[in-house]
Amino acid sequence: MLNSLREPESEAVHLGFQEQYVSAFKWMLLARTVEDKIGALWRAGKVAGGCYLGRGQEAISVAVGIMLKPGDTFGPLIRDQAGRLAFGEPLFDILRTYLGKKTGPTKGRDGNVHRGRPRERIYPMISHLGALVSVVAGALMARRMQGDTNFVGATSIGDGGTSTGSFHEGFNMAAVERLPLVLTVTNNQYAYSTPNERQFACHDLVDRAIGYGVEGYSMDGTDLKECLEVAAHAVRRARSGFGPQMIVASCVRLSGHAEHDDGSYMEKTLLESPIGRDCIKVAHSFLVEQGWADESTVQEWRLNAKMDVEDVLQRVQREPAPVPEEEDWNAFSSHLIDPDLSA
Amino acid sequence: MSVTYLEAIRAAQAKALRENPNVYIYGQDVATYGGAFKSTKNLAKDFPGRVLDSPISEDAMVGSAIGASLEGMRPIVEMQFADFSANGFNQIVNHAGGYFYRTGVSCPITIRMPSGGNPGSGPFHSQCLESVYAHFPGLIIMTPATVEDAYTLLLEAIAIDDPVLFFEHKFLYNRVKAEKLPEHFSFSAGKARIHRPGRDLTVVSYGVTLYDSLAAAAELEKEGISIEVVDLRTVKPIDTETILHSVANTGHLLCISEGWPWGGVTAEVVARVASKGFHLLDSPPERMNSRDTPVPYHPDLWLAHKPSIGAIAKKIREMLDW
Repeated sequence: MLNSLREPESEAVHLGFQEQYVSAFKWMLLARTVEDKIGALWRAGKVAGGCYLGRGQEAISVAVGIMLKPGDTFGPLIRDQAGRLAFGEPLFDILRTYLGKKTGPTKGRDGNVHRGRPRERIYPMISHLGALVSVVAGALMARRMQGDTNFVGATSIGDGGTSTGSFHEGFNMAAVERLPLVLTVTNNQYAYSTPNERQFACHDLVDRAIGYGVEGYSMDGTDLKECLEVAAHAVRRARSGFGPQMIVASCVRLSGHAEHDDGSYMEKTLLESPIGRDCIKVAHSFLVEQGWADESTVQEWRLNAKMDVEDVLQRVQREPAPVPEEEDWNAFSSHLIDPDLSA
Repeated sequence: MSVTYLEAIRAAQAKALRENPNVYIYGQDVATYGGAFKSTKNLAKDFPGRVLDSPISEDAMVGSAIGASLEGMRPIVEMQFADFSANGFNQIVNHAGGYFYRTGVSCPITIRMPSGGNPGSGPFHSQCLESVYAHFPGLIIMTPATVEDAYTLLLEAIAIDDPVLFFEHKFLYNRVKAEKLPEHFSFSAGKARIHRPGRDLTVVSYGVTLYDSLAAAAELEKEGISIEVVDLRTVKPIDTETILHSVANTGHLLCISEGWPWGGVTAEVVARVASKGFHLLDSPPERMNSRDTPVPYHPDLWLAHKPSIGAIAKKIREMLDW
């Protein structure tokens, strides 16, 4: 459901929407497939540290990622595998990072979801929630100062992350500067184990959009069609100079916080409610209903995703791990600093 | 004509803004008002659109600078008081400090930290936090004491490809002066300087306590005691070589800071000399810090909270009598 801040005209299914929907669905399948594989590797003891998956959040994530263009900035959060792929992060990056390979974007120095490609404007998150909001905002400020036009930035947060001071400072600053920032709040009902009622007191997190002075949308995060329509609208508004956009997408996390967490504290009624639907199943049914794909086609896409993941995994598994003796134990980049003086 | 420490900081920023279109200043009240201490006075007028008032959001000020630096900018963030950087701590230490090691991409931001005590400033406008930040990897920590260093190190901070925390001491803003600013200089971050040569004992210091150390040295000179005073200038990287070289000449080490005593720069200097130069020492290495309480408000309490010139001289006499 869209709130009153949205423009009145409806986003009809237009020419090209079918292709976009199909493309988004394929990214969702690939994201789910690679994350299922990562989960299996974690259970097999092949992944050091935590394992954080985005099951059930693929629709909203991919919708934002697919609406961004090359040159835009994306600051994904932990459950944004689908959006990362749609924006252009290679499948190699997630596998190399989770498996701690020297060939990965962090060279084994950081793991799991803390990967990015800053030069390609995919910003790596830190674990402290909300911290990325002002970083993306600052990048957009810089582009504006440099005279760039026609760019947007997007970043994500969860229901729990909206309670941090960092989130508030970053989003308020983006609003003050009227930056082209699309902020997605994916309300998956739980922050680790903490339910919404212990997290915030407003009726809907989108109510905060009014407080920040930005345009806001509240919607069903399990419906890819609605996700694509709202994301397209918000990205277009941001790109056209209407300032920050706040999308609140409701869904249910279809797993625990991480693979070590069975999520047994989650209310069964939530999972049985409309927002407890699996967005991939919803999209699958929609595709078949629309006649855009039949069962065998969807099955073929699933198999393709599986083959892609297996192919990349087989290559990545043979790649080298970082070697402590060869590691450059230096946190400074500057040639102006004499390395002998470091530490 | 003379130039103050504060004017040097303003002049360095003006020069950086003039010479590099990617430099901008972001902070509370820095634009029209010219900063709480006037260190950005007139810069907003002279460089339109490049000196910007921020909301009272230390976290977002630093976070936005990180993002801007990734787009090729050279942001200067002014913390109104270094004390308030506690509200931006996460972005400084976890985001900026770790960026290069984690990602291979550097994050060239400069954060100006107006530091240290003044009479009546109290617990939240007086802190010396260089030791706290020096503990974290990836941050360069500058602590200029002289007008020349305030100018050249700030220009160097802006040029360096890593995050730099520039701890400018508020007590020095209008109290130290130089004839003129250096015109030709080479970059020297990480290099200490023998500020005053001497024979009998090495005092290592930085920031405002450099001047207390020099005053104590002048007093002791009348007693025939010759003190060598080393100005660290940059506390991270720390110039262990210059310190050891001085201790090799004098055989005694006293390290002095206005910061708190637990851990920190003085503990680091003493540990390095004890570890790498134990054979050079003729007496136990010593250190002096402010007391381990919040910085008190009343000027008399404040004076008694930090190492005084008299206390420094007394300590040195005791060390030489050892």
